[in-house]
Amino acid sequence: MFKRIDRNSLLFFGVTIGFFVVVQVLILVGVLTPFYETLLRLGAVYAIVSLGLNMIYGFNGQFSLGQWGFYAIGAYTAADITFRWTNQASTAGLTVLLFIVLLVGAAILILYKLLGRLRGLDALSAFTVYLLAAFGLAVVGVKIGQVVAIPLNSVLAALPAGIATTIVYVLAVIIGALIAAEVSFLFGLPVLTLGSDYFGIATLGFTIIVKVLLDNSDTLLGFEEMKGARGMIGIPKVTTWFWVFLFLMIVIVVVRNLLHSSYGRAIVSVREDEIAAKAMGIDVGHYKTLTFVLGSFFAGLAGALYAHINGFLHPDMFNFIKSFDPMIIVVFGGLGSVTGTVFAAFVWPLVLEGLLRQILPPGFETWRYVVYPLLLLIMMLLKPNGLFGNFEVPYLRQVLPALRKKISTERSQAPSAPAVKEVNG
Amino acid sequence: MKTRVAVFALLIVAMLLTACQPGAAGGGTIKIAILAPLSGPVPTFGVSTRDGALLAIEEANAKGGVLGKKIEAVVADSQCTPDPAVNAANKVIEQDKVHYIVGEVCSSASIPISEIAEKNKVIQISPTSTNPTVTLNADGTTKKYVFRACFIDPFQGTVMAKFALSKGYKTAFIMFDQGNDYVRGLAEFFEKAFSEAGGQIVGKESYTKTDTDFSAILTKVAESKAEVLFLPDYYNIVNLVGAQAKEKGVTAVMMGGDGWDSADLDVKAADGGFYSNHYDAADTRPIVQSWVANYQKKYNSVPDALATLAYDATNLLLAGIAKAGVDDTDKVAAAMETLNFEAVSGNVTFDKQHNPIKSAVVIAVKDGKKTFTASVAP
Amino acid sequence: MNSTKAVSPTPSFIEMLVRRRVLRTFFLVFLVAVVVWRIGTALWANPTLFLQQVIDGLRLGFVYALIALGYTMVYGIVRLINFAHGDVFMIGAFMSYLAIARVQLHLWPTKVFPGISPVLASGIGSITVILLSMAVCALAAITIERVAYKPLRSAPRISALITAIGVSFFLEYFGALDFVFTPNFITYKRPFDVTTWVFGSGGVQALVPGQAIPENTVTFSNISIIIVIATIFLLVVLQYIVTQTKIGKAMRATAYDQQTARLMGINVNGIISVTFAIGAGLAGAAGMLYAIAFPQVTFLMGVLPGLKAFVAAVLGGIGSIPGAFVGALIMGQAEVLSAAYISTPMRDAIAFTILIVVLLVRPTGIFGEAQREKA
Repeated sequence: MFKRIDRNSLLFFGVTIGFFVVVQVLILVGVLTPFYETLLRLGAVYAIVSLGLNMIYGFNGQFSLGQWGFYAIGAYTAADITFRWTNQASTAGLTVLLFIVLLVGAAILILYKLLGRLRGLDALSAFTVYLLAAFGLAVVGVKIGQVVAIPLNSVLAALPAGIATTIVYVLAVIIGALIAAEVSFLFGLPVLTLGSDYFGIATLGFTIIVKVLLDNSDTLLGFEEMKGARGMIGIPKVTTWFWVFLFLMIVIVVVRNLLHSSYGRAIVSVREDEIAAKAMGIDVGHYKTLTFVLGSFFAGLAGALYAHINGFLHPDMFNFIKSFDPMIIVVFGGLGSVTGTVFAAFVWPLVLEGLLRQILPPGFETWRYVVYPLLLLIMMLLKPNGLFGNFEVPYLRQVLPALRKKISTERSQAPSAPAVKEVNG
Repeated sequence: MKTRVAVFALLIVAMLLTACQPGAAGGGTIKIAILAPLSGPVPTFGVSTRDGALLAIEEANAKGGVLGKKIEAVVADSQCTPDPAVNAANKVIEQDKVHYIVGEVCSSASIPISEIAEKNKVIQISPTSTNPTVTLNADGTTKKYVFRACFIDPFQGTVMAKFALSKGYKTAFIMFDQGNDYVRGLAEFFEKAFSEAGGQIVGKESYTKTDTDFSAILTKVAESKAEVLFLPDYYNIVNLVGAQAKEKGVTAVMMGGDGWDSADLDVKAADGGFYSNHYDAADTRPIVQSWVANYQKKYNSVPDALATLAYDATNLLLAGIAKAGVDDTDKVAAAMETLNFEAVSGNVTFDKQHNPIKSAVVIAVKDGKKTFTASVAP
Repeated sequence: MNSTKAVSPTPSFIEMLVRRRVLRTFFLVFLVAVVVWRIGTALWANPTLFLQQVIDGLRLGFVYALIALGYTMVYGIVRLINFAHGDVFMIGAFMSYLAIARVQLHLWPTKVFPGISPVLASGIGSITVILLSMAVCALAAITIERVAYKPLRSAPRISALITAIGVSFFLEYFGALDFVFTPNFITYKRPFDVTTWVFGSGGVQALVPGQAIPENTVTFSNISIIIVIATIFLLVVLQYIVTQTKIGKAMRATAYDQQTARLMGINVNGIISVTFAIGAGLAGAAGMLYAIAFPQVTFLMGVLPGLKAFVAAVLGGIGSIPGAFVGALIMGQAEVLSAAYISTPMRDAIAFTILIVVLLVRPTGIFGEAQREKA
């Protein structure tokens, strides 16, 4: 048993690191032009946000269309931090947000413990408590951050510019992801009580609200540097293939280990049957919240990485129509398949932005968005369970006792099996 | 599993095939990329831009091309959105090896393209992106390889404010799209110039580009009794607002910028309005006449502002190449800085920030006709 | 949330807080108070202006209602969020535009019966056009249903949803091709002229074009009246079909339980097609009415009205016909009033905030039934 896992892990890491090295070398010698490099980096970013969504929808059964909103939050948060550092040589953005994240995070954890003991507290009441606490602590965070920024400025200025920027960048990415996670906790707390489709619609609404707020970020929210609907410029372009790959690997390993733990089995059980899970003593609300927050953390992480690819953010990027992209990727790859999601996330931009640009003859440039939905339709008609179904590469595969027949037929690709209508009851 | 392998193999083969396409560098042609939003929210702007630029290239080729070489157009769809714009720019620069880009329409796409162009020393001339940061770096210096062919906002806004005052109007109501840089810029400078010169802004309302129901705002306009309704948006919004304004009993005179200039402007809805433009279609200068006539012949419609600016942008670029005498972007950029070119929209020179210096005209919409009323020099 | 037994005895104060849901009430009362305060001050400051906005909101709401019905019917019967519905609405608008501007279909009564009175002629002509666009939309929807959704009926629901998104993209960008519709913004040619009436202390009178509106009056146009009448008429017909006819009965049975309906001898596939067709027909009518009210057609025009109507359907309780109607009216008011009194750029955000808050209070919408637990 041990040996087998070991061999699989070795194989997995060997292949992925090999892949990384090959791509990196090809980039360095110039075979992979920035055109393809950008598509690969975008693919990795999409893989991270889609893995988050696959956690929420594929493994936990919560139909979320809000990941794009968290992606936007992560992107703008991280961009604001690095913008202030590179353009104003100020770490105020970093420290303020750091303290907000830490204080609010601590408050959420403590309150979660305390409120969890109160039986019968409805979600909206709890939400009010969290909201008040978060607002109060955010104000405190701003004050502390502004004070701490001054000494930190001189410390970072003493370091070589490259190293300092990298430190700020990595911290910015993590803070962006954490902010997205904390917002998702606050938002998810009341909204996760809704039924599946209603939850989807509420999260879609969240994406639209975030987009509208970003449109007005300079006038209503008061962040001059975000320039509202004019688009934020001056963000350092520091997200290289190395960084996206590193974070993608971390995310894959985290997802894999989580899914293979008892937490993972609890998460999946909520998807399969909420009532049965409850009857087995699983705290359904807790696992829903956990998965949603974790998935949104990944979305924020992806957004923060994305912000530093083009160095330019525009609210139109975070349009609700784009919020279907991760959902398309997850379904395309196979719901509940980590391998499929990662594969689809790389293929999707390569096909849409790469291949379709190349193969459409001159004069047919307007046809790109006619061909793309047709491909999508054909794909769905041929393989409604996605390209990979529930296939996993050995390292990610989990050996579980056989599932109930109904569910296993739905998730398998056996063509003769009568398929089942609903994924999420 | 088999299908999976098959799909994968197919993809890789396709990728390889396309990657190995003869991308580059026949000595006989000069490639110009046209990046336009052919899909996404505003394909109509993209199509106009593409058509205008293609006509300029066709005409130049008919005259023997530039530097004795034929010009080859590479069209790519940039969707008015940053991500596809970046991919399109990377694609034309690396796969097609172009050195010159005409585009994009929207500032939100032109800005990321301009950064790539600057990095790769590729000349970009944007026909219609008004955002100052298209040609400027974050630190305020000018991007060496990036130019534009349109007015920047201060000029047009000021022109219309002065024009409104000269007509004796004292009160104005401004409607603008919060999310559109061009509209917002014009509105801001109109407000500034109008109120500084003694006019009074009696109201200011914003909307978003997807709105169709303007009744709430127009009710306020009617209440405010403003004499001028300044609406510096594209013709599609003008058509909607104009039609609804008539129903709401709004008596204010509508005014706007070059976004109004289109064959699709609803002259009934915009009746009585004025807008600033780059040229007057009835102008007797030969370049204007041949432009309007050729466009009409080829595409069977009257050119709008976007087509005109794309045409001008392409011609400016070609003039720059011809002036430099070599296909070397450094020299072409230097040549363009000192260019003095007779374009459809008048005599164009570039200022220090690579913005064109040219005059504007004011056009009146009355009884279904668009007539020239005034000319304003910079 | 957590049900640990070992709870230390909670103080009665907190117990009271929890049991009476004080915080929740506090939160909701706060939200409602803000809204009431805004509306109240607006009403107080200028009652006629407020009334005017409400009338405009009603017009918008009635159009949304027609679109929302299609969403709600399709969802009720196949549990599919049909994202392509907004694009069917666009097709309806374009069809009526082509019929009016290219074929001049709305003038046929005057050509066939030269002596007919102009009002009657334009009435019959417009009704012909609206019936045509309804028919085209119904056909389009049946085709879409047969080609894209039917093969996926036994697949996971999400596949059908993705397919719906694909169909939506396809209709939009295929429509944007030059030889299909056009990528341009087209000014819509109304089949009849607009007349605006002013209603004030001096009674109702027609507004002369170019004339300013007198103080303290409310205006409304024949368009608003036509929209309201047409929508109510179609709603009554729909209600009749659903509650009184055999097809309606079959639809309700299918919505309730497909398997059993099939066992009862109902042609489930046929009923689903009919549902799609009826919903699309309503969207086609809405497309024309919307284009008459806001005279412009373009290939993306269906996206936002579609989304808003969908939100309206959810707000009212998706699957419920009166719910869709009430939800649409609320959405219309919310949009116009927030544009008028809060902030125009924020109006979409406000509409969705309302949606989320309503869902939190009534998790299945205003008229929604409690969700049945399906296996």
